[in-house]
Amino acid sequence: MPVIAFSEEQSMLLDTAMDFCAKEAPVAGLRASIQDGLEFNGARWQAMTDLGWLGIGIPEQYGGLGMTLADAVPVAEALGRYLVPSPFVATTIAAQALMACGSPEQQSQWLPRVASGSIASLALWEPSGSWSLADTEAALTKTGDQLTLSGQKVFVEAAEEATLLMVAARFEGNVRLCLVERAQIAESAIQRESVIDETRRSFSVTFDHLVLDQAALCPGLAFDVIENASLLLSSAESSGGIAGVLGVVVDYLKTRKQFDRYIGAYQALKHPTVDILMGSEMARAYVYHAATEWAAGAELETIENAVRMAKACATEQFAEAGDRAVQFHGGFGFTYDCDAQLYLRRALWNQYQFGDERYQRSRLADVMLAAS
Amino acid sequence: MTSQKILDEFRTEVRAWLADNTPPDPGFLLPETFMEVGTDQQFEFLRNWQRTVYEAGYLGMAWPSEYGGGGQPQAFQDIVNHEMAAARVPFVPNTIGLNWAGPLILDMGTEEDKQRYIKNILSAEDIWCQGFSEPDNGSDLGNAQVRAVRDGDEYVVNGSKIWTSLGAYAKYMILLARTSSDGPNKYAGLTFFLAPMQVAGVDPVPIKKLTGEYGFCQTYFSDARIPASCRLGAEGEGWSVAMKTLMFERGAIGGQAGGLSAMDLNINDIIELARRSRRNGRPALEDPLTRDELMKLILEAKGNQLMGAKSRIPALCQDWPTAVPMSGKLRGSELKRKMTRFALSLQGANGARYISDDAIDGGKWQRSYLNAFSGTIGGGTTQIQKNILGERVLGLPKS
Repeated sequence: MPVIAFSEEQSMLLDTAMDFCAKEAPVAGLRASIQDGLEFNGARWQAMTDLGWLGIGIPEQYGGLGMTLADAVPVAEALGRYLVPSPFVATTIAAQALMACGSPEQQSQWLPRVASGSIASLALWEPSGSWSLADTEAALTKTGDQLTLSGQKVFVEAAEEATLLMVAARFEGNVRLCLVERAQIAESAIQRESVIDETRRSFSVTFDHLVLDQAALCPGLAFDVIENASLLLSSAESSGGIAGVLGVVVDYLKTRKQFDRYIGAYQALKHPTVDILMGSEMARAYVYHAATEWAAGAELETIENAVRMAKACATEQFAEAGDRAVQFHGGFGFTYDCDAQLYLRRALWNQYQFGDERYQRSRLADVMLAAS
Repeated sequence: MTSQKILDEFRTEVRAWLADNTPPDPGFLLPETFMEVGTDQQFEFLRNWQRTVYEAGYLGMAWPSEYGGGGQPQAFQDIVNHEMAAARVPFVPNTIGLNWAGPLILDMGTEEDKQRYIKNILSAEDIWCQGFSEPDNGSDLGNAQVRAVRDGDEYVVNGSKIWTSLGAYAKYMILLARTSSDGPNKYAGLTFFLAPMQVAGVDPVPIKKLTGEYGFCQTYFSDARIPASCRLGAEGEGWSVAMKTLMFERGAIGGQAGGLSAMDLNINDIIELARRSRRNGRPALEDPLTRDELMKLILEAKGNQLMGAKSRIPALCQDWPTAVPMSGKLRGSELKRKMTRFALSLQGANGARYISDDAIDGGKWQRSYLNAFSGTIGGGTTQIQKNILGERVLGLPKS
């Protein structure tokens, strides 16, 4: 098996997604929509649904395209490159969670709806900021035939426009997922969060003795699959983001003059821009290597190593590229109007979701640096 | 296509041969690369090893058999190269002949050149060196100033070349010299020679390196007379021949004889060293900071490999198609410098030792670190590489 494979289908998806983002969601329009409160863009979502993207990782029997998550990687990359605000990644991961942990009934109820554009999102994290689901405090308790859910979830993407939330909570000693329909949640329980990446619609959701049917409980415990899927798509988004911010830097270095020279002629700017290029190439190689392992159905541990390496590389390089991009724009870089800040702030979100690079390295070290 | 079965059988054969024929530890520290051969003892050991490998049929396997090669598909030589690295055998020292001058001669040389040079390159009978860099023109190769003036059937050469690896042992030099200063630009006056070293007026003087060892020479030419027939290409075409040589040197095009040209020091050696080292009374491998630094190096090494794999998929290289192939030397040499530097930090106070029996592993890590600069400086410094990448790949204005 090659260490990196890239199929004809992936190649077509990449081309289509790049064209779509450039035309339908150019970075130039982003600041205005942020200033308008970044409302959910239903028309764009419908267009993405029509392209079939929401069904990429969903089996054909549930109305999906029957491909794998590796085929969602080029789409996530394109969305990352253009900083597109979209619940694509959140919904795609939720579908993977349904496939990994849901009962057959839950899958046949929800997967076809997700494939046809119903937004779904995972509610995993809590105010402690821990990256470990073992620290989950939200609780599910059984009362007669019903379940009661209490606790607060944060960094829930697209909670307002979602149809389905998959909530992690403690149940009889284990952390489990339960399905909560958006309609079951009061408006007042959902609060928009102020987050560093202004292209994200992130929410806090409070559950106060919300009563659920027993059938809402997911039987599966495969959180490792959910984490792997999240790391893969987050890394893909970051890989796209680095390429995007590199383009912004290169454009500026070729057009901005100081002391009668284009500033790209100065080695103090040229050399670290080459470093960004190298980081971009390496991140992309890691992302498609991880996608290759996923598509090949490698052992879970092999996939976990590959996605952790991808995440460690991609978000570290993206954050560094964004940081340098702001600096290289000089005074303009310090303003809200410079695109560099959009990428930097996106990079910081990606860096601190699902474990930053040091966290990933520490987890990898546990596997790769055994003491004997 | 050679069948997989035949290749698998060949691999087994090579492994067995290497197991039976690899010379025992000579009892002295071997050099790390062909650029670091500093004593006659080291040189003779390595030259004998190359001869043994060639006589077994494992060198130049894909070169034409009429000139001493094996006349077989490249796949066989690739297997040998891989197995030699995996078995950690000594390297074969005639690197410039095997990988740069040899393929160049096969590509551009006359029939007579091929008959004369190729077999002796493979057998290490004739050692080759390279005369490109000059004391005043390191990164600016096109500005070479060594003069070659035509006089009848000869050229008269004056000036000096520097960083001639194996210069003291070489019989021939691939030489870039200036035959004219009147051309439209500095490149137009350059001419390429397959120059004899063992003639009057050629004097290779060993240079003492920062490691305290030898391995390079400065080669002085004082009215050295070389035959006009040793010119490769026409007068004034030297720059394009030199560029082709660099393509072979950087592995950008195939045709090399193969073999192993350096001691392969990789990330696994550093992990193994960390396993043996102690920090604060505990194995260094348990120290969180050490683990994090190690993981960074592991990720960089693995990332470099994956970049190579990605570069073979055009659909994933549309933005900057040449970024990966053009940065191989930069990435590889910088990683090696970082790895070897880190290796010293694993040794506690012993990090301060140098080549001796008291040093960890005889001081090879200290020597490796200091020698790592040959990679980050030689063949165009890291800083020049970044200029090239910035300008040719990203299209940034010239510095």
